[in-house]
Amino acid sequence: MDSVDRAIVNALQQGFPVSERPFRDAGALLGLGEEDLIARIGKLLDDGVLTRFGPLYQAERLGGAYALAAMRVPQADFDRVAEAVNAHPEVAHNYERDHEFNMWFVLATETHDGIARAAAQIERTTGLSVYLMPKREEFFVGLNLAATA
Amino acid sequence: MNAPAMPFAADALDRAIVVATQGGLPLVARPYHAIGEQIGVSGEAVMARLKRMLETGAIRRIGAVPNHYALGYSANGMSVWDVADEHVGRLGRVIGELPFVTHCYERLRHPPQWPYNLFAMVHARTRGEVEDKVGHIAAILGDAARAHAVLYSTRILKKTGLRLTKLE
Repeated sequence: MDSVDRAIVNALQQGFPVSERPFRDAGALLGLGEEDLIARIGKLLDDGVLTRFGPLYQAERLGGAYALAAMRVPQADFDRVAEAVNAHPEVAHNYERDHEFNMWFVLATETHDGIARAAAQIERTTGLSVYLMPKREEFFVGLNLAATA
Repeated sequence: MNAPAMPFAADALDRAIVVATQGGLPLVARPYHAIGEQIGVSGEAVMARLKRMLETGAIRRIGAVPNHYALGYSANGMSVWDVADEHVGRLGRVIGELPFVTHCYERLRHPPQWPYNLFAMVHARTRGEVEDKVGHIAAILGDAARAHAVLYSTRILKKTGLRLTKLE
């Protein structure tokens, strides 16, 4: 990742234009040509520097639902359980954390009922309890990480 | 709150756009036109719907999501706090305004296994840096926090974002 890539990562976390030629417009602000910007974003995705490039949807506003969920997974079973949990399409992302509650994932479903259904399915396929921790109030969401040398 | 709370009812076209873009935008010169071609509408119609979804908060933003590990933010501490229900609303807003807190929520607790109801995510380059910031939160919460823990992420097991699987 060079200084141009870092500038791209920083700028494109703020937003991306909705226009006929958005890569040309975003590139102009970065001093990059359209094709160069497209190629660099593709490489940043391929290299795993970016995990996504596109619209970030808020499921609740689309009639869907989101909930954070956690599990206490025995260490010896961890990889098997991770595979079983990840196989559910409702699991949007999943992190390992160093705590007795060591598996943390987000369920995203089409309907509110879908959350409880997905959690019950995961409990059946893993034999472990799923602790649903839906948000009751959102105080701030502004994840924006600076890429620096 | 960055997203305005406006009513929004996604129709079949919105949902087709969501399904077509949930894996990401096509990396071509006219990505919105490419999406339109895929679902049988004009690029202008796609752009109009995306703009409306941005305005209503159905889309938080369009852009890049970095892998925080790849950017060197390898210490990702989820600080969790057991705060009395009557104080959590006021204190959550204070904690959410701290510049180093990237997400802040009140969540459902599961006592006795999980007594924590206030979640404040702290991203930093080292655990020492995270601990300093958690100490700052502890000082603000004072006696209102009965217990807390910091959970560090050690591995990303899956990261795909929202997946809609069917159209209405």
